[in-house]
Amino acid sequence: MRVLAAMSGGVDSAVAAARAVEAGHDVTGVHLALARNPQTYRTGARGCCTLEDSRDARRAADVLGIPFYVWDLADRFHEDVVDDFVAEYAAGRTPNPCLRCNEKIKFAAVLDRAVALGFDAVVTGHHARLGPDGLLRRSVDLAKDQSYVLAVLTRAQLDRSIFPLGDSTKAEVRAEAARRGLAVADKPDSHDICFIADGDTRGFLAERLGEAPGEVVDALTGAVVGSHNGAYQYTVGQRRGLHLDRPAPDGRPRYVLSITPKTNTVTVGPAEALEVSQVRATRPVWTGGERPAGPVECEVQLRAHGDVVPATVSLDADGLHAELRRPVRGVAAGQAVVAYRPDPAGDVVLGSATITG
Amino acid sequence: MAYLDHAATTPMLDEALEAYVATAREVGNASSLHAAGRRARRRVEESRERVAAVLGARPSEVIFTGGGTESDNLAVKGIFWARRTAHAGRTRVVSSAVEHHAVLDAVDWLAGHEGAEVGWLPVDAAGRLDPERLRAELAAHGERVALVTAMWANNEVGTVQPVAELASVAAEHGVPFHTDAIQAVGQVPVDFAASGASALTVTGHKLGGPTGVGALLLARDVAATPVLHGGGQERDVRSGTLDTAGIVAFAVAVEAAVKGQQEYAARVAALRDELVERVRQAVPEVIFNGDPVERLPGNAHFSFPGCEGDALLLLLDAQGIACSTGSACSAGVAQPSHVLLAMGADDDRARSSLRFTLGHTSTRAEVDALIAALPAAVERARRAAALRTPR
Repeated sequence: MRVLAAMSGGVDSAVAAARAVEAGHDVTGVHLALARNPQTYRTGARGCCTLEDSRDARRAADVLGIPFYVWDLADRFHEDVVDDFVAEYAAGRTPNPCLRCNEKIKFAAVLDRAVALGFDAVVTGHHARLGPDGLLRRSVDLAKDQSYVLAVLTRAQLDRSIFPLGDSTKAEVRAEAARRGLAVADKPDSHDICFIADGDTRGFLAERLGEAPGEVVDALTGAVVGSHNGAYQYTVGQRRGLHLDRPAPDGRPRYVLSITPKTNTVTVGPAEALEVSQVRATRPVWTGGERPAGPVECEVQLRAHGDVVPATVSLDADGLHAELRRPVRGVAAGQAVVAYRPDPAGDVVLGSATITG
Repeated sequence: MAYLDHAATTPMLDEALEAYVATAREVGNASSLHAAGRRARRRVEESRERVAAVLGARPSEVIFTGGGTESDNLAVKGIFWARRTAHAGRTRVVSSAVEHHAVLDAVDWLAGHEGAEVGWLPVDAAGRLDPERLRAELAAHGERVALVTAMWANNEVGTVQPVAELASVAAEHGVPFHTDAIQAVGQVPVDFAASGASALTVTGHKLGGPTGVGALLLARDVAATPVLHGGGQERDVRSGTLDTAGIVAFAVAVEAAVKGQQEYAARVAALRDELVERVRQAVPEVIFNGDPVERLPGNAHFSFPGCEGDALLLLLDAQGIACSTGSACSAGVAQPSHVLLAMGADDDRARSSLRFTLGHTSTRAEVDALIAALPAAVERARRAAALRTPR
């Protein structure tokens, strides 16, 4: 097959491209330039989006002997990921930009362009399994598993995707990179959000949304217990940095329970008030077989690297509904609910949807 | 492989490569006083004479450098500094909107760091400068102009400038005129003395010599403040141990290119015309860029409406065809060409452009390969570009 390897400049995508070459595919490497002004990204390689990363990706492609190009997706990335990220926070939700990038950029804008140019599929270094059965499964390396941020992909997108790393641990990938002479073998993992170079998400949001002072209200008493400079700076389940004027009457810690953009209010309360047993979600995708007519017994994950809970999931006209077997704390609107079917060969992604409440 | 990117770099001539290897085997620093040094110096000076002889310069006007970018920087900054030192009021640089970045960015640097003001000369839709615009510029600001710099021929669209007229206008006002002739030497007749220029940039790897060696022809009465300080080689204008092997090979290549220019230009222009005609037949809506007559013989430059140049490049590259989209930023992102924008093209047309350049090894089979691959590539690139509309 003619395949396009998305190469971030990190070790995973370099090894993924190498394996695609070894599998006999005709591989072309592409680095996605996502920063509108590359000059601002010149300092420090953080795993993606920097000038060093573009060079690292090019160097890896040269070692593999494959063609390499840089595609400018800065405008699309800003519209579909960065602006969306800011708008979601402004709306009181907690977005996952990596998931959005997969949905809108890597497996949409890039994949569509690749197909138009005559490529059959896109290869990425995501840690997830996608076998001949077409089912998306967790990586063997559960600590690095990225099936959660890929679960948003549709059948059509998965059919044109190749994830060569799903059967390997990160340690194996690094060792293989070293064996193949790829200079990125020891490059640190990327962690934080790639477009927030200094890791200061609050500062990033404050710059774009401005200060919007409002009240912090106790859910139990209705009393105003503090103030804030912008409700968008809070996430459901957050405990630190609340700057409350007075302790709770019972002396126990309080958490953010909800954010109400309309009144610019942050509501806080005790940990148990965070507990949720039912999750509603919108825009469902179902790729683990036929779309189910009735309830499905499965497991759900409600945030990246979050716990897995047994649940009953059903699809209806409004979206996806999950009945959790035990309550879960800190479920934030804007995150994805991903349904998995436990499987010894790697838990299978059944479907996913965006949490609304 | 069809190599249609000779303006980026062209294969070394056999005789230049052989001269390089033979000289590189010999030890000797051209500045040393012993026999080995004298031998090296003799090779350098013979090379200087060869270059001077075929380019209409005196040997003492040839300053060897590390290539075109260095020569351009030395000319632009060096002459600016020297002229400003002589007369504090001369802080204006006159240049064109279509220069190579080696000139463009050097001029910009002077504006940003040395307080230079810049008069940018516009070009017409074919990329040609108008000497009357220079005359008006110098009539208005002549007293304050440190130098005029305008390229002999454009590296992207291949348009050849009226250099002698521009130099003569500059001379009327007593202003030194530098020309970047990197794309011109060996392609069109270039004679330093006859052109009236005060300084001229030439480089090796565009005409069959090695990369990393070039020259600035600098008239004896024009002062240039050095960019590189050190051992005082090359009239004290360009310090650094002379690259004897590179200089020898450079001189061989310059001599061969200039002596063979007429025959070369006739042959390559005929092949280029055939390429242009066949591209037009294959893709009727193509736009041919640059001056149709005042043009480098090997250059064919097109806009492909509805396509992105970088997509076309990828598709042609996959078929073994090498061409160019113009410039890319440091991260490798293709940029719309400043040359096409200066010629009045909009952003889309600038981004839809490809350059094909022929050279001394070009064959009809390479043109055949391009024509065989082009229609399908254009169709695919169009489909990909259509996706840009927001959904």
